[in-house]
Amino acid sequence: MTAASDQPLPVVPTPDAADEPNRELKAIAAKDYEWGFVTDIESETIPPGLDEDTVRFISAKKGEPEWLLQWRLEALARWRTMTEPTWAFVKYPPIDYQAIRYYAAPKSAADKPKSLDEVDPELLATYEKLGIPLKEQALLAGVAVDAVFDSVSVATTFKDKLASMGIIFCSFSEAVREHPELVKRYLGSVVPTSDNYFAALNSAVFSDGSFVYVPKGVRCPMELSTYFRINAADTGQFERTLIVADEGAYVSYLEGCTAPKRDVNQLHAAVVELVALDGAEIKYSTVQNWYPGDKDGKGGIYNFVTKRGACRGHKSKISWTQVETGSAITWKYPSCILQGDDSVGEFYSVALTNNHQQADTGTKMIHIGRNTRSTIVSKGISAGRSQNTYRGLVRMLPGAVGARNYSQCDSLLIGDRCGAHTFPYIDVRHPSARVEHEASTSKIGEDQIFYLQQRGLATEDAVNMIVNGFCKEVFRELPMEFAVEAQKLLGISLEGTVG
Amino acid sequence: MLEIQGLSARVGEKPILEGLDLVVPTGEVHAVMGPNGSGKSTLAKVLAGHPSVEVTAGTVRYLGQDLLELDPEERAREGVFLAFQYPIEIPGVSNSTLLREGLNAVRAHRGEKPLDAMDFLKLARAHAAKLGMDPTMLGRSVNEGFSGGEKKRNEVLQMLVLEPRLAVLDETDSGLDIDALKVVASGVNALRSPERAFLVITHYQRLLDHIVPDVVHVLAGGRIVRTGDRSLALELEEKGYGWLDTTAGAAR
Ligand SMILES: Nc1ncnc2c1ncn2[C@@H]1O[C@H](COP(=O)(O)OP(=O)(O)O)[C@@H](O)[C@H]1O
Ligand SMILES: [Mg+2]
Repeated sequence: MTAASDQPLPVVPTPDAADEPNRELKAIAAKDYEWGFVTDIESETIPPGLDEDTVRFISAKKGEPEWLLQWRLEALARWRTMTEPTWAFVKYPPIDYQAIRYYAAPKSAADKPKSLDEVDPELLATYEKLGIPLKEQALLAGVAVDAVFDSVSVATTFKDKLASMGIIFCSFSEAVREHPELVKRYLGSVVPTSDNYFAALNSAVFSDGSFVYVPKGVRCPMELSTYFRINAADTGQFERTLIVADEGAYVSYLEGCTAPKRDVNQLHAAVVELVALDGAEIKYSTVQNWYPGDKDGKGGIYNFVTKRGACRGHKSKISWTQVETGSAITWKYPSCILQGDDSVGEFYSVALTNNHQQADTGTKMIHIGRNTRSTIVSKGISAGRSQNTYRGLVRMLPGAVGARNYSQCDSLLIGDRCGAHTFPYIDVRHPSARVEHEASTSKIGEDQIFYLQQRGLATEDAVNMIVNGFCKEVFRELPMEFAVEAQKLLGISLEGTVG
Repeated sequence: MLEIQGLSARVGEKPILEGLDLVVPTGEVHAVMGPNGSGKSTLAKVLAGHPSVEVTAGTVRYLGQDLLELDPEERAREGVFLAFQYPIEIPGVSNSTLLREGLNAVRAHRGEKPLDAMDFLKLARAHAAKLGMDPTMLGRSVNEGFSGGEKKRNEVLQMLVLEPRLAVLDETDSGLDIDALKVVASGVNALRSPERAFLVITHYQRLLDHIVPDVVHVLAGGRIVRTGDRSLALELEEKGYGWLDTTAGAAR
């Protein structure tokens, strides 16, 4: 379907999978979450609850300047006037924001380790277990890692090498101390505190996160990577990431996430802001594997995240690639504001839901500049009793002369008790702008599985192969090591979906 | 190698095979001919273990084992190969990925080491060349956008790579021009050996000019109603299937 009119398109839901029962593909128990261990480490937490004092505590703990404290307090005031959004296709009981702890730090990290040798060995072991060895010599060549454990950043590797090129890659707290002018200039410039309920909350209480600045004309020679992990109980994780690529700069950033198994839901409300100036390119890849809850839907992370990139400069480019397999609920729309003429926005997404998981994810491409282009490729896979929704907006503003969008949203269903839904909103306000949208919904077929079995593959390997094939266009956007990890993750998340 | 006795099978409520007997000794090539809808593909599906076909009576022994007891992938690993009448498309999965995974599953079953990527590619390319297939076919998604003829060649390529003990070819000749037919036949003939057996399902005697069968069977009314040598195929070509008494109780 191609739409080039300025009429918003009606919402087009795809049919529920329940239409056609398939006797061979029935969902059974999912495999255990492998990253569900808890690290036994002393941590410093504050009592549950949120008020000005909480905000002051966090700010003081981080030794923040007055302007940032004021910024947080304003956000808190804003948040109090807002109500939680209800438009997403997800269901969950009301969240008691006063029952959440807004700060947790491993005790040993309290006096900020200067180098890896000073990092608590327990913490290092945790990351080893997660497959993220922080020891530089053990690192995959070309990946620098910032690891965020609960509320604080515990280590940043390869810092010196990057610093020699003028690249800043550090924890957010450190950036506030060391590069306040940059933080002040860009913080909240893409996602204002008042943007939405969860962004306002994050702005008030954000704990840590990563900061990247790549100076003019510099191509960052390695992938920058952050690993987030929630460890402490009852804590929310509210990280804040800011990436700025100055004129002609390039950076590829990877983000991975895990959390222990707990039978209560935990909130994760992050904000990520990207800024690309003239000719700059930012590639942002996520493999999100927060604990999804058990097979009955108990526990799991609420992943309510605001991610947005501003292509401010002429010919700038921002590319989001996400593989979302975790979380009980995902509410996430990595977006691009295509302000500079000839700027490019991309969104490649694989979202897999199993058991009782719910995902409402997609993107927004806001075309402001002339000849701006955007591409959306979304692959939703639903299994078990899960609900998987693509929600996207393509908006071509009156100045977006000659702008183009291509969107492709495919859904794959495994079993007959899950749902796939597609809500593509299109809003075109310039006659020369073109929007192309394609969508498909298919079901893993008995015949496809049988064909692969006939060539010697076990049922699960067959399903895996079909799903990986379905996701291929997205996986090839990921850096090599991440693509391999993403494939494995899909396999694990799918185990037990056919029997 | 293959002994089928009193096989009855249905799809849904509909009985398709009713008391079929068929024996294929090791080293032989048997052809199965029969009118459209007589159950030839259903027989092939029973042998491969397709879940849509329900066996209601009879036994199938393969190399001394009860074939019906095995899962489809176990049958494949034990050397049963089916060249599908309608090969399935698997978007995003390359031919070479499927071939390598399949071959390594079979090798693991035989207690052999997996073939590394280079050795595998050499092997697959060599077989593809024999079938006159462009090597880029290996990188394309399984059967996606393939022409009818390409799909059939691809089935034969998979057979050559997997080296089955018992190969069932379900109308692999249909939709092929004469040159393609010869290529496919040469692929099958290359694999003929005293250790293997073939069950070649076809509608036309034409294929049997190139793959010369030891025995020809006629399937009609859910069972084998005639068994003979090559001349039976010629006779069918001449007279059609009308003269066969499909209600006859006894085969031959
Ligand atoms: N999935 C199915 N559902 C219902 N009937 C089927 C199905 N598949 C095959 N049949 C029927 O079974 C009979 C035998 O089919 P088939 O084995 O494909 O015949 P052949 O291969 O000899 O042409 C036909 O009457 C066909 O219509
Ligand atoms: Mg047939």
